[in-house]
Amino acid sequence: MTEPVFAPWDDPNEKPLIEFKNVTKRFGDFTAIDDLTLDIYEREFFALLGPSGCGKTTMMRMLAGFETITEGTILLSGKNIARVPPNRRAVNMMFQSYALFPHLTVWDNIAFGLKREKLPKDQIEARVQEMLKLTRLEKFSKRKPHQISGGQRQRVALARSLAKAPKLLLLDEPLGALDKKLRQDTQFELMDIQEKTGTTFVIVTHDQEEAMTVASRVAVMDEGRLIQVATPAGIYEMPNTVYVADFIGDVNIIEGHGTKTGDGYDVTFAEGQPALHAKTDAQLGEAARCYLAIRPEKVTISAERPDGAVNVVQGTIHDIAYLGNLSTYHVELPTGQILKAQAANTRRLSRRSFTWEDKVWLSWTDTAAVVLER
Amino acid sequence: MRRFFLIAVPYAWLLVLFLIPFVIVLKISLSDTALSIPPYTPTLDFSGGWAGLKAFFSALDLENFWFLTSDDLYWKAYLSSVWIAVASTLLALFVGYPIAYGMAQARDEWRPTLMMLVILPFWTSFLIRVYSWMGILSQEGFLNQFLLWTGIISEPLIILNTNTAVYVGIVYTYLPFMILPIYAALEKLDASLLEAAEDLGCSRIQAFWLVTVPLSKNGIIAGCFLVFIPALGEFVIPSLLGGSQTLMIGKVLWEEFFNNRDWPVASAVAVILLMILIIPIILFQRNEQKQREAEQ
Repeated sequence: MTEPVFAPWDDPNEKPLIEFKNVTKRFGDFTAIDDLTLDIYEREFFALLGPSGCGKTTMMRMLAGFETITEGTILLSGKNIARVPPNRRAVNMMFQSYALFPHLTVWDNIAFGLKREKLPKDQIEARVQEMLKLTRLEKFSKRKPHQISGGQRQRVALARSLAKAPKLLLLDEPLGALDKKLRQDTQFELMDIQEKTGTTFVIVTHDQEEAMTVASRVAVMDEGRLIQVATPAGIYEMPNTVYVADFIGDVNIIEGHGTKTGDGYDVTFAEGQPALHAKTDAQLGEAARCYLAIRPEKVTISAERPDGAVNVVQGTIHDIAYLGNLSTYHVELPTGQILKAQAANTRRLSRRSFTWEDKVWLSWTDTAAVVLER
Repeated sequence: MRRFFLIAVPYAWLLVLFLIPFVIVLKISLSDTALSIPPYTPTLDFSGGWAGLKAFFSALDLENFWFLTSDDLYWKAYLSSVWIAVASTLLALFVGYPIAYGMAQARDEWRPTLMMLVILPFWTSFLIRVYSWMGILSQEGFLNQFLLWTGIISEPLIILNTNTAVYVGIVYTYLPFMILPIYAALEKLDASLLEAAEDLGCSRIQAFWLVTVPLSKNGIIAGCFLVFIPALGEFVIPSLLGGSQTLMIGKVLWEEFFNNRDWPVASAVAVILLMILIIPIILFQRNEQKQREAEQ
């Protein structure tokens, strides 16, 4: 019952594997990484998430040794790695393009790093075999990269980067080239392999779903800064900014004025609309301008005004997005604002209760919304 | 039907411009010299009918080929041509590879300029360029004057009219043929492959030998053939830059043809030269085909 939760970042005695200390990276005038401080712990599956150009790939390339650091230090197991060239780092990288050597067989690709260490032949043989087995590639060991499928190539790249048993494995958009179905299968495979090998994984991705699925912690980045670092659930349920709330999943953002009342804030957002109440520990500044972030699945849609709900608004259905398992209703409030509410489609389509232009009530509890200052 | 025409065009081209001339040369090589115009017998004459045709074929023999084996001039010339062609191909490779590598490493906006610089010499007549090398390499030439001026040498070097000058000429002339295919191969090379090699423990030099060189192999092979094949039959360069001791089959062929007016022997020399060249040409084509298959 009491299996300890894996959360080294909450343990003050735990020593981080990687420490970014006030790291800045500039390319000419452009600041790719801006005074960034971050700890990553052993055995973590850490995701760097952000739009393209946010600096996530630069961070990874600094860890691999392909980019120098302009200011600050990066420590790997307590040692500064600024002067260690990429071929001397106990760090391996899985490239976005896989970068498999086209002139070598799958076997030789995986053995490439081991051969550079001048290991005895039988050891190399054994290790490659182990990697082939781990990634279920035994049958393809004699093939060249152009003779196997995209998914198999991805596994070869993974096997090759794991063969040297690195302390840290960097994965640059590892699943970007795979189609959706294969990507989902591979995500679980990656997690399995990460658990089996106990290697620390740092993954770079722009796909929020992927980050949420695989990672133990997610760092959301924007313009060279970390916006929030937390577990997937933390990022989703307790975003610290509108940017994070908006970047991860679907969200309703309501802008308004907060007044402290009891255990939270009453937020007035439009003339003639009731104030919305949200529980929070946050203290708003003087201006008391704030945003409410409400996930659509936490908004209940009903035909009758629900009894006892804390937050209730009325509107008309403007649009319905049918996703199969779910439907998202876009409800237009009298103020012109559109709120999204999601409901599971537990009934067949013909018996669905709402349609376009219906008057409906939206309601949510006082803990559903997150109060954000910016 | 459309496919037939598409295939027919290159085949017609080959037939008219390669096979028919070759058959004519082969026929002359089987003929005998004669003091006439054209300077050989027999000539094909359809007015003689069937008997005439029969007489024509019975007059053809392999005599000229036997003659080539009787005089050691010919096989020595072939051998020395092969040697000069091989050596200058290797020299062109050593000079051309770094240039191609440099071009492939250059910034994107520089590449067209560099490419043009490589091709630029072709805009001037080949003959003029070879003549200008005479001006550079001769005893009073720019090279000797410069070296004498710097004090590196006290006596002018004798370069012109030696095999060294022939190597210089061949390497200079055919260098673009070496550079361009290697550049094409290196340009395609994905930079992340080198990063991957480094990431897996290679030094930069190891990565070059283990990744860059194998992946530019096809470019190297193509470049080597493109230099070797024309260099083997080269005539202008050895006759202008080489000395009397420079023995190359192209020169021998010229002398047989124009000085001795012995068309049959000259043709026999040409036929054998072609036989020697067919081997590398077939190898070259096989390489190209393998490359295409690998890219699919």
